[in-house]
Amino acid sequence: MSDDLISIEVDGKKLQGRQGDMLIEVTDAAGIHIPRFCYHRKLSVAANCRMCLVEVERAPKTLPACATPISEGMRVFTKSPKAIIAQRATMEFLLINHPLDCPVCDQGGECELQDVAMGYGDGVGQYSETKRVVKDKDIGPLVATDMTRCIHCTRCVRFGDEIAGVRELGTTGRSEHMEIGTYVAKAVSSEISGNIIDLCPVGALTAKPSRYTFRPWELAQQAAIAPHDGLGSNLYMHIRDGAVMRVVPRENEAVNEVWLSDRDRFSYLAIQHPERLASPMIRVEAGWREASWEEALELAAKGLKAAGVGLHTLIAPHATLEELYLAQKVTRGLGSANIDHRLRQRDFRDQDALPVMPWLGHDVAELEQRQAVLLIGSHIRHEQPLLAQRLRKAALAGAKVSFINPAALPQTFAPLQNLGVGNAGMVSELAGVLAALAPSGLDESLAALVKSAVVDARHQAIAASLKSAQRAGVYIGALALAHPDLAVLRQLAQAIAQHSGASLGELASAGNSAGAWLAGAVPHRLPGGGSSAHKGLNAAEMLSAAASATLLVGVEPELDSLYGQAALDSLQQSGFNVVLTPFVTDAMRSYAHVILPMVTFAETSGTYVNVEGLWQGMRAVARPHAEARPAWKILRVLGNLLNLDGFDFMSSEDVRDELREACKNVQLSTRIDRHFAPLNQTPNTQSLQRIGGVALYAVDSLVRRASALQDTAEAQAAQHVRLHPQEIVRLSLVAGERARVSCGERQVQMTVQVDDALPAGCAWIAYGTQTSALLGDAMHIGIQPIDRPINMREA
Amino acid sequence: MNEQERARKIALLSAETVAEIEHWLSKYPADQRMSALLAALRAAQHQNHGFLTTDLMDAVALYLGVPEIAAYEVATFYSMFETKPVGQHSISICTNISCWLMGSERIVEHVENRLGIKTGESTPDGKFFLKCEEECLAACDGGPMMQVDHVYYERLTPEIVDQILDAVAKKDGH
Repeated sequence: MSDDLISIEVDGKKLQGRQGDMLIEVTDAAGIHIPRFCYHRKLSVAANCRMCLVEVERAPKTLPACATPISEGMRVFTKSPKAIIAQRATMEFLLINHPLDCPVCDQGGECELQDVAMGYGDGVGQYSETKRVVKDKDIGPLVATDMTRCIHCTRCVRFGDEIAGVRELGTTGRSEHMEIGTYVAKAVSSEISGNIIDLCPVGALTAKPSRYTFRPWELAQQAAIAPHDGLGSNLYMHIRDGAVMRVVPRENEAVNEVWLSDRDRFSYLAIQHPERLASPMIRVEAGWREASWEEALELAAKGLKAAGVGLHTLIAPHATLEELYLAQKVTRGLGSANIDHRLRQRDFRDQDALPVMPWLGHDVAELEQRQAVLLIGSHIRHEQPLLAQRLRKAALAGAKVSFINPAALPQTFAPLQNLGVGNAGMVSELAGVLAALAPSGLDESLAALVKSAVVDARHQAIAASLKSAQRAGVYIGALALAHPDLAVLRQLAQAIAQHSGASLGELASAGNSAGAWLAGAVPHRLPGGGSSAHKGLNAAEMLSAAASATLLVGVEPELDSLYGQAALDSLQQSGFNVVLTPFVTDAMRSYAHVILPMVTFAETSGTYVNVEGLWQGMRAVARPHAEARPAWKILRVLGNLLNLDGFDFMSSEDVRDELREACKNVQLSTRIDRHFAPLNQTPNTQSLQRIGGVALYAVDSLVRRASALQDTAEAQAAQHVRLHPQEIVRLSLVAGERARVSCGERQVQMTVQVDDALPAGCAWIAYGTQTSALLGDAMHIGIQPIDRPINMREA
Repeated sequence: MNEQERARKIALLSAETVAEIEHWLSKYPADQRMSALLAALRAAQHQNHGFLTTDLMDAVALYLGVPEIAAYEVATFYSMFETKPVGQHSISICTNISCWLMGSERIVEHVENRLGIKTGESTPDGKFFLKCEEECLAACDGGPMMQVDHVYYERLTPEIVDQILDAVAKKDGH
C-alpha cells in the first residue's frame, strides 16, 4: 500500500520506507553506509554501541540510526560535522579498553572494529591510562574467546536468546566490570553456536579449529553446498593453496538465511584427516598393496562384470547427484537393480506407493509461516539444525508445534505437545491423533487402527491445533524413517494431514536423500522416477546377505547404516568388494578387494537436491588429496571399462544434464496411494526398547572425522546409553558408571547417563558410533551392571 | 540438567523465600515471570544470610522458569547482591561526594578499626561485612551515612556508629 510509504531525506537523497522501519534499514536498502557494531538485521535492536549516531534535523542530539523509526519528512545527515564528531567520540570510547593486539588477533584484516576505526575514528585517542583485562572463557572446542577484545555489542547474547533459543551467554557485572560469558564455566551447547563467530564484530569470538592458521587476505572465497543435512546450506569455503582453511555461511534467504549449523561449518576439518586414502589399493596374498589407477580399475571392472546381476551397490545419501546417477547406471548396465542409498531404513513395504522423491511439501522458507505443525519421529535439532531454527521462528510467532517421538526431546521453544512414547507407541499415538480428527471414509486398515485407538486430551489438542490452523504441516523425520513400521507411520501421517487440512512433508536426512530418488539410486525406480521393471534388493536386504560382488560409494556400512557389525559380517562373506572412499579404515581392509580413493565434497563438482526439491550445484573448490579422484570420474571410467553404453561424459555438468532431461516431467508430491497394515510387534517385557537417532556428529564419514566436532560435549554424550532414573534403579545400575549392553551374542560396555525425558522401558543409544555399531540394528536390548572388580588390597 | 538435579536446586529455596517469590509473582502478568527476578534474588539472598551462591541463583531461575544466565546477570549487575560468601550483617558506608564532603572517610576508618578489617572484607567470625560501596546511596541531605542490613543511618559520628553496631551485635546475642 503506497500510503504506508514514508518519505525521508538522507544526505540530500530522497528515500522511502515503511511505517515502523528503522532508519538504518532504509539507508542499508539504499546503499548508504552507516557504521555499526551492535545492529544486525536478524537480531533485535539493542542500540548499545552508539556507533550509528546520525544527525536528524530538529533533534537536539544525534540519534542512533538502528533505533530511530523513520517519520514523514525526516531529514537525516550521516556525514555532517555533528554526526562525524559523535561517531569519532564513540569510536574513541570503544577503543579505550580494546587492546592494540591486531597483529596477533585472528580477526585482523576482516575486523569490523578495524574497518570502522579506519573509516570513522580519529588518528589518536586521548586516553592514556591502563586498559582493563578480562579473563578468557573456555566455551567449548568450536569457539575461541579473547574477551579483553569484547566491545559488549551483545550480538552473541541476543543470538543465543533469539535465534538459537539456548540462552547460555550473558552480560554479567556492569560498567567497567561488565563481561560477556557464561558466568559458570560451561561450554556453549547449541548446535548452531558457530554463528556467533560471524556475528562478533571484533576478535573476541573466533573459530577455534582454524585459529592462527591463516590471514584473511591469503584466502580465496569459493561458493559451495553443505551435504550433511537435507537443507543444503549455502556456504563459502575459504581456500589457501588448494586447501580448505575454514567455512562460513553464504547468504541465501530461501535456504539457510545468513546462518550455518556447526556440523556444516566444521565438517571441512575431516578433509585433511590422516585416514585419507592417497592411492588405489588392491588386496594381495600378503595383505594390501598400492596400485596404479589402471590396474585397480581393471581389477575392479573385472570383478564387477563377473558378478553381473548379482552386484550389490550401496551409495551414501550425501553423495552428489552425479555420483548417484552414475552408480545406478553402472549397476543397471550390468543387469543388476540392487542399488540403494536408504541405509538407515528398516521398512520398505511402501516404496512402490511413494511419490517420486521425499519432499517437504513446500518451500523451506514457508516452514516459518506454519501456524500448526506436527513432527513425527524427528529430532529436528539434530537432523536439520537450521530447519529447526525456522520452526522455532514459527513457534515464537504463535504456531502450535507438537512432536510425537520415541522420547520427549529437548526443544528450543515451548511445544504444544512433546510426546515421548517409545518406538512401540508411535503407531498408537498417531492413531489417537487421527481418531481425534473423527475422519470418515478411511481405508480398512486405518479404520481398524482408529477404532482401537485410545484418544486422550493430548491427541485432541494436537488434532485441534492442526484443524484450526489455516497453514498447518505434518512432517516425518529421520526417527520415523528408521522405524520398523515406517509404512504405517507414513499412511497415518498422510491421513492426519488429509483430515486436518495440513500439508504433508518429509525431512530428507542427507544432502541428497531426495536427489538419490531422482537419480534412480533406489532398487525399484529409474532416473526421473519411472518404475523399474526389474526390482532389486533394498539396502536392508543387501546389508544382511552376502553378494557375489558389492560396490560401495562413500559408504562405511557399519556406521552409515543401521546394521552395524551385521553389515560388516555380510560384506566379509561377499565374493568381491569394490570400495570408493575418501578414507580407508581397518574395517574396509577386512572386507574390500579393491579400494579406490575418491575425493570429498569440497574437491568435486556436483549437485545436491534439497528437501524442497531445489537443485544446487557447486564446483570443485579444493585441490584433490594425493591421487584421489572425483567419484563421478571413477564411475565413468568403470562404465567405459565395462563397455557399457552412455558413459561418454566430459564433465559432471554433462552427467547432470542427462539426468535433468530424465527429470523434466517430475511432479513433486507427497501423496502415498496404498495402505499397509502394521507389523505385529510382540511386546518384549524382558528387555528394553532401544530407541535413538543418529548422533548429531556421526551422520557421515566426514562429520565423524571432524576433530573439533568430535571434541564437543554433544559428541561425547552420544557414546553413552541414556535411561530414565527409575529404569537405572530398577536395573541396579549407577549413573555415570559403565554397564554391559547386550543383544543376543553381541555385547558392549557403555556409560550410563540419566535422562528423565525418556519413557520407561526405553534406552536411548545413538546410531553411528563405533560402540553402538557393535549392537547392530537391535531394537531390544538388555543392560546389566558390570561386576565391580574386588579391591584386592581391601580383600 | 535432569529432573533430580532441578528438584534438588529448587528445594534449596525455603518456604518463606518461595512465599515471598509468589507474592511478587502475583503482581505481574503470568507470562512475565522474569519480572519477579530481582525480588526473588533478594529473598534468596536474605534466606542465605547475605549472599547468593550459584546454586541459589540457579534455584531462583529454575523456580521462575528463566535461563540461569538471566539470574547471574541480574545478581552481578546490582551491587545489593553479593555473589561471594560475606559476613551476615552488611555495612555500606557511602563515600560519594556529599558524604565525602561531610567526613565519610573518618567513618570508614572508624568502622575498619572497630572490626579489624578493610572495606570489601568480612570479619573472621562471619558477623560483619564491610562492603566496598562505589555508588551514592541517595541520602545526601543526611551525610555522612551508612546502611546496615539495608537500613539507613544518617548524620553519623564515630559514637553513633558504635551505638548502632553495638545494638546489632547485642541483637545477635554477643
